[in-house]
Amino acid sequence: MTTPQRPLPASHRLSAGGLIDRSARVAFRFDGIAYEGHPGDTLASALVANGVRLVGRSFKYHRPRGLLAAGPEEPNGLVELRDGARREPNTRATAVELFDGLTATSQNRWPSLRLDLLGINQIAAPLLGAGFYYKTFMWPAAFWEKLYEPLIRRAAGLGRAPIGPDPDRYETATAHCDVLVVGSGPAGLMAALTAGRTGARVILAEDDFVLGGRLLADDLEIEGRPARDWAGAMQAKLEAMPEVRILRRTTVFGVFDHGSYGAVERVADHVGQPGPHQPRQRAWQIVAKRSVLCAGALERPIVFGDNDRPNVMLAGAARSYVNRFAARPGDRAVVATTGEDGGRTALALQRAGINVIAIADARAEVSRSLQVIADHAGTRLLAGSVPLRAHGHGCVQAVDLGRPDGSGRQTFDCDLVVMSNGWVPTVHLTSHLGGKPAWDAMAGAFLPGTLPPGMAVAGAAAGRLSLDECLTSGAFAGLEAATAAGFDGTAVEVPRATREDQDRVALVPTPKPVGGGKAFIDFQNDVTSADIAIAHREAFRSVEHLKRYTTLGMATDQGKTSNLNGLALMAALSGKTPGEAGTTTFRPPYTPVAIGALAGVHTGKAFKPTRLTPAHGWAREQGAVFVEVGPWLRAGWFPKAGEDWLAACNREVAAVRAGVGICDVSTLGKIDVQGPDAALFLDRIYANTVSTLPVGKVRYGLMLREDGFVFDDGTVARLGPEHFLVTTTTANAAAVLGHMEHALQWTWPTLDVTVVSATEQWAQFAVAGPRSRQLVARLADPGQDVSNEALPFMGAMPLSLLGGVPGRLFRISFSGELAYELGVPSSWGDALARALMGAGRDLGVVAYGLEAMNVMRVEKGHPAGGELNGQTTAADLGMGRLVSPKKDCVGRVMATRPALVDPQRPALVGFRAVDAKDTVTAGAHFIDVDAPATTANDLGHVTSVAYSQGEGRWIGLGLMKDGPRRHGQRVRAWDGVRGRDVLVELCPPCFVDPAGDRMRG
Amino acid sequence: MRIPCPHCGERGHEEFLYLGDAGVRRPDGMAEAKAGEPASRPWMDYVYLRPNPAGVHRELWQHVHGCRAWLVVTRDTRTHAISGAEDARTVALARDGAPA
Repeated sequence: MTTPQRPLPASHRLSAGGLIDRSARVAFRFDGIAYEGHPGDTLASALVANGVRLVGRSFKYHRPRGLLAAGPEEPNGLVELRDGARREPNTRATAVELFDGLTATSQNRWPSLRLDLLGINQIAAPLLGAGFYYKTFMWPAAFWEKLYEPLIRRAAGLGRAPIGPDPDRYETATAHCDVLVVGSGPAGLMAALTAGRTGARVILAEDDFVLGGRLLADDLEIEGRPARDWAGAMQAKLEAMPEVRILRRTTVFGVFDHGSYGAVERVADHVGQPGPHQPRQRAWQIVAKRSVLCAGALERPIVFGDNDRPNVMLAGAARSYVNRFAARPGDRAVVATTGEDGGRTALALQRAGINVIAIADARAEVSRSLQVIADHAGTRLLAGSVPLRAHGHGCVQAVDLGRPDGSGRQTFDCDLVVMSNGWVPTVHLTSHLGGKPAWDAMAGAFLPGTLPPGMAVAGAAAGRLSLDECLTSGAFAGLEAATAAGFDGTAVEVPRATREDQDRVALVPTPKPVGGGKAFIDFQNDVTSADIAIAHREAFRSVEHLKRYTTLGMATDQGKTSNLNGLALMAALSGKTPGEAGTTTFRPPYTPVAIGALAGVHTGKAFKPTRLTPAHGWAREQGAVFVEVGPWLRAGWFPKAGEDWLAACNREVAAVRAGVGICDVSTLGKIDVQGPDAALFLDRIYANTVSTLPVGKVRYGLMLREDGFVFDDGTVARLGPEHFLVTTTTANAAAVLGHMEHALQWTWPTLDVTVVSATEQWAQFAVAGPRSRQLVARLADPGQDVSNEALPFMGAMPLSLLGGVPGRLFRISFSGELAYELGVPSSWGDALARALMGAGRDLGVVAYGLEAMNVMRVEKGHPAGGELNGQTTAADLGMGRLVSPKKDCVGRVMATRPALVDPQRPALVGFRAVDAKDTVTAGAHFIDVDAPATTANDLGHVTSVAYSQGEGRWIGLGLMKDGPRRHGQRVRAWDGVRGRDVLVELCPPCFVDPAGDRMRG
Repeated sequence: MRIPCPHCGERGHEEFLYLGDAGVRRPDGMAEAKAGEPASRPWMDYVYLRPNPAGVHRELWQHVHGCRAWLVVTRDTRTHAISGAEDARTVALARDGAPA
């Protein structure tokens, strides 16, 4: 296919008028063809100006579709916008501001929009009616996944999601204001002005890129001048107010609790790609004391035969295209109306040079004002008439008009049918907190019912359709909102505007279109009046059932143009009023919101914070490979040239066991506990006794949850009579602090204790190995004694080191070797690491990582993450005797429940691979040697594994039924996931120095 | 949701951590078990049993990203309307009959 290099001139652009800038041209492509528009156009209006009428294929029947609307309610004009990684499916062409280089592609057609082979679905239409999913694809069940679903997905459906990651940035922001005004039509502009004049902080949010709402679309006058100019003057006034903030291109999509509103601002959707440092979209959380909803109203289509032919359009949309965008949607028009709006529409079309052939007015009596317009335009006015059926392949070519019973049928050739069936207030946001809209028989519409706290509704959204009412209600609502938010205001002068005659009747759809054809209610989901009738016949009559059974009001437009017609028909079939039938629940978002906008910057590396220890830079210089532990990055191992992780780990372990090594343990949670009742408090928090701990000593501490299972473990050091420093596991640091605060503030409020996190304030290094004392002594300032006598095993002391740095030295061992943990204020962490490595060079000091630490703790049998899994008791871990029965502590009573003291519970056991060549994996199940690998034969599982150089094979820890009583026996470690089945020999969970002589030495 | 922290003022719910019903009372951890029933009997209710009212609910929240105080928030579970937020320790002291 060849495409012209230069686009043809826009065939349907008016030579004057409209809010477009004819001095500039904007080039764009639709389905590969080049066109031109102007700044001020939407994609939809530019297509209209270029005579493009076919914009998509319908969801189910693949019928040709054109634009129905000109605003965010558009159900048909869904396109894939942009391409590559920026492709955005299901974008409403009416909501896309035209930009240079825009590319858009129609959806749901194959191979092309004009020749769509799946249009054959129309012939199969009897099979595809309401509930067809449930009826047609029920049997046989096996066909669903293999046949039906892929077929449906290919045939029905919307656009394609982009494949590459989104190259653009999004952000979230919070704003506070006194009055939030949603919508900038006549009501919204007045509300913002009157609220703003009181000095209140006002946010005016407008979905469109120009302020004015319907003032832009309609030929109206305010204070004797064009309403569009008045809107421009209002904008200037508002912009001059320092406390008024105008957010254009911003959709308020949801109302949340306590005055919170969700909004999305399309910061850079109107350009090809965002500028430097500019997000594509910004999701706002707006916290407002009061809000005024001025969201306007949506026009209700007329339901008649083949009313979905392209260029059967809403009257307000047609007025918008000619008045605002200077684009002529057709040349010969028929206006179908139910009231005075029809006359205003005919006038607007006539002025744009469109030949209005006929006006069908559903009202039985001839309207004098319409007759004047018809006479003036030389147009036939048919009172008591409605459209019966549209004709045409592709675009509409004619329409039959006649009496509602089908009599008096006449055919009018035309290329545009506009329909006006009254307005449906946009009440969505009033319902987001559960308020139900109330049916108003006079208005023939659902009006806002119970409002969210702090919200007022003005203008067309409140059913006040006439311009003068919009201005008045907006002015008063804005003032009231500001007053309620604590500001003083005076009465306002409402500008003069004409009162528009709103006389009309409402056309309710019939179950079967009188004029024949398919009468569409929901254009986006291909729901016809016949589908509603089927749902009624098959007893899916409640509005919620109706929605699910027919898909009425689903998908991206959520029934903005269809709900009232569908519900009104069901109500009529059921002999109810629409008020009795009710509406389905309106939920956020009002229009689709990209998940990326809600996520903001929190994607990829910024998804969650990454925490680095004070000595991170040093570890990186040493070539550390980092692993994620909760939010932290910890050094996993420090490979030398040619080493893989296991070789590095083995070398590090060997160096520690033979000499000395250092390991950054700063990530362990540290909580400072002080106060007269600190010892008593810790007795209650820990299962074992803390209060007997002398000053200058450290003790292992085991913490239970109140349900009796193990919560966490760590060390408790008594630094003074009323001063303790406790450590937690890295993962549980925040949870333990919250647990302690809960205990102090809620459970035992009289205890005089203060707890505070000290994790970030201290850097801490483990110094382990037979030469560790020598190394620590070299760093200590003169006069500091770190001998075995001064600081025996499980001792704690302040230590001045590196020339006056106030540190803390704890003689504790996770590795089973003579070992210390040395803490310094964070800012000294990096210096400490370097000093230890420098001072220990001749001692052969190594830096060791998490892997080596894990090997040594498995060899020593210390429980860690795999064992402290939230499902183990102290007894399971071989620490039952630690739980003191003599004092109250969290979890003590519940730990005595029969199931928690059952001797058959899996308990901690060690094991070694029988064959030195075998590898064991954590998660493998213990199964008896001769038993088949079934759930019934499952004895427990492997919780931790390590390669032990001392053992010359893989060893590990596990939780196994009767494990402690089966030492010396052999079982299988069966791992069905990784396909391993290894023979292991059970043993006590300690492989190194069981007597503990090394660490005490 | 916005929670009126008595120490920090009104803040977004994302600053808070929810725990649940503030009506439960921890049993005496050293009380002798009643004859014929296990010591854990009153504890089962404390640890596991929670009312789930459709209406006014007094519940514990912690202002974790603020003052870290635990709060007793009175919230209507049907509407999310919050009618009060008190410092939990003050409430607990009154509950235990101790001077604040």
